[in-house]
Amino acid sequence: MRLGANLIIGGALFALAVIVGLLAPWLAHTDPVMDANLLNAEEPPSWIWWFGTDAQGRDIYSRVVHGARISLTVGIVSQLVNSVIGVTLGLTAGYWGGWWDDFVNGLTNLMLAIPSLIFALAIMAVLGPGLTSLLIALGLTNWSFTCRIARASTLSLKSQGYVQAAKVLGYGDLRIMITQLLPNMVGPIIVIGTLGMGGAILAEAALSFLGLGVRPPYPSWGSMLSEARDQITTAPWLSIFPGLAIFLTVLGLNLLGDGLRDILDPQSRSRRT
Amino acid sequence: MTGPPLLEVEDLRIDLNYRSSHVAAVEGVSFRIDRGETFGLVGESGCGKSITALALIGLLRQPLSIGAGAIRFDGREIQRLSAAEQRALRGNRIAMIFQEPMTALNPVSPVGRQIAEMFVLHQGKDWREANRLAVEALASVRVPAPERRVKDYPHQLSGGMRQRVMIAIALACGPDLLIADEPTTALDVTVQAEIIELMRNLCAERGTAILMISHDLGLVANVCRRVAVMYAGRIVEERGSDDIFRTSSHPYTQGLVDSLPRLGSRAALGRTRLTEIAGVVPAITDFPDGCRFNPRCARATDICRTTEPETTLLSAGGLVRCHHHA
Repeated sequence: MRLGANLIIGGALFALAVIVGLLAPWLAHTDPVMDANLLNAEEPPSWIWWFGTDAQGRDIYSRVVHGARISLTVGIVSQLVNSVIGVTLGLTAGYWGGWWDDFVNGLTNLMLAIPSLIFALAIMAVLGPGLTSLLIALGLTNWSFTCRIARASTLSLKSQGYVQAAKVLGYGDLRIMITQLLPNMVGPIIVIGTLGMGGAILAEAALSFLGLGVRPPYPSWGSMLSEARDQITTAPWLSIFPGLAIFLTVLGLNLLGDGLRDILDPQSRSRRT
Repeated sequence: MTGPPLLEVEDLRIDLNYRSSHVAAVEGVSFRIDRGETFGLVGESGCGKSITALALIGLLRQPLSIGAGAIRFDGREIQRLSAAEQRALRGNRIAMIFQEPMTALNPVSPVGRQIAEMFVLHQGKDWREANRLAVEALASVRVPAPERRVKDYPHQLSGGMRQRVMIAIALACGPDLLIADEPTTALDVTVQAEIIELMRNLCAERGTAILMISHDLGLVANVCRRVAVMYAGRIVEERGSDDIFRTSSHPYTQGLVDSLPRLGSRAALGRTRLTEIAGVVPAITDFPDGCRFNPRCARATDICRTTEPETTLLSAGGLVRCHHHA
C-alpha cells in the first residue's frame, strides 16, 4: 500500500517533534532554565552551541528541545478539547435540528465573529498567564470550525441510506450518532483537527509573544521568539531556530492532516489495493 | 387463524403538510397481513406505496404525517406506542430492506459488525456471541466463506452480496414482518431472481410475513399470495395474485397487466406493440374529483368525474374501487 508523500513527510516531521518533546531531558545539552552564563552570551551557532546562545548565555538548542514539550502539549490538548466540544455540538445540532440547532449556530457565529486570538487574550487576562490558562483559553476558542464541519457532515450523512436504514432497524439516536455518523465524518474532523493543532501552536506562540502565554524563563517557542525580537538584527539565530521549529511542526501537522484524510476514506483505500 | 392479524391498516390517510395546507398523499388505505403471509403493494412512482411503508414503522417525518386511520401491529396501535416502544419493534419484529443495497450499508463498518449490532441492540447479546451469530446469519443468506466475509467492508461486495447482507441484517432477530421496498430494482435480472428466491425461502422457513412493495406487478404476483394495486394514493384493487392476471377488475390493473411484455404473446395476439396506459399520474396537489383514474380511463362516465367510488367486494374474492368494474 502506497501511503503518499504527504503522510510520510508530515508524519515524520510531527513524529520528530513528538520524540524530541518526549526525550527532551536526554537530548538537551544543558538545563534550559538554570544554565545561564553571561560569559557565553549571544554566541553564534557552533559545534559547542548548535543553535547558538541567547542574551543570558543559555543554549538555544536545549531551549528549543524543551520548548517542544510545551508547544506540543498546548497544540494537542487544546485541539482535543476543541474537537470534543465542536463535534458534540455540531453532531447533535445537525442531527436534532430545531431550537438546539439554532442555538448552536448562533453560538458558532458568535465565536467566528470574535477573532479567536482576542477572545483567548480576554480569557488569559481573566485567568492570568500560565500553561493551564493557555490550555483553557485555546481549548475554548477554536471549536467553531470543527463544529461547522461536524454539523455539515451530519446534515449530508443524515439523508444517506444507511442512516435511514439504521433508524428502520431500531437504532436509537445516540447509537446512530456514534456508529453511523461519527465514523463517517472522522476524515474531515481529523484533517481540521491537525490543522487546528498547528493553529493552536501558532496561537500559543502569539500569546507567549504578547507576554500572556508561558512565562519566562520557561522556554516555549513563542516566548523565545518574544525574547529574541530585540536582537533580531544582531543575533538572528535567537529567532531563527524557534521559528523554524514552529514552522516545521505546523507544516508537518498540515501535511499529516492531508495524508491521513487519504487513508481514512475507505473508498480511496480500495482504490489503492 | 385466531387472534388479531399480524398487521392491520385501517382507513389510513397520510397528509402532506405544506405551509398551512394539507394534501392527502395517501387516503383510505386499508389492508391486513396475517402471520407468515406474503402481501404485495404495487403501483407506479409517487402513488404512495413507500410512504405507506414508512408509516407502518412509524418513521414518517415532516412534511408527512398520519392524518387519520389506524395501523395495528399484533393488535397494538403503532401511533400510540412511545418512541422507545416503536424503536423496540423496528428491526426486531418489523424489519425492512431497501431498494439501494449500495447505500443502505454503513461504508466504514465491516458487514459482520453491522449484522452483529442487531443482536447486541435487540437481544442484548455480548459482542463475542453476536459476532458468532453474524457468521451464521451470513451463512444462512448463502454468502460463501462467511467467516471471511464478515470482515469485508460494503464496497468490497457486489450488489447482490450487499442485498444478501441486508437480508441477513433484516432477518437477524427473526422479525414477524419483513417490509421489502423495491428490494431488487437496483440489481440485474439473474441476481434479482436469486435474491427473491432467497428472501421467500428464508421467510417461509421462519414464518416471517412479507410486505413487498414494487412497481413490478409480475414480480410481486410471483412472490405474494395477495396483491393490492395502488393508484394516486388509493388502493384501487386487491386480489389474490393468481386472479389478478386473469380476471383483474379495475381498468388501471387491466392496463398494468396488458402493458407487461409476455413471451410469444405478440405472435399469438397479432400485436405489434405493447399496450400503454394513456396520460400521466396526476400531481399530488392536483388529484381529479371523483375517481382519481378517470382522466386516463377508457370506461369513464359522468359519475366517475363527480363521485368517488366506494370499495366493492368481489364475488370471486378481493376488493375493487371502481364504478364500472368488470
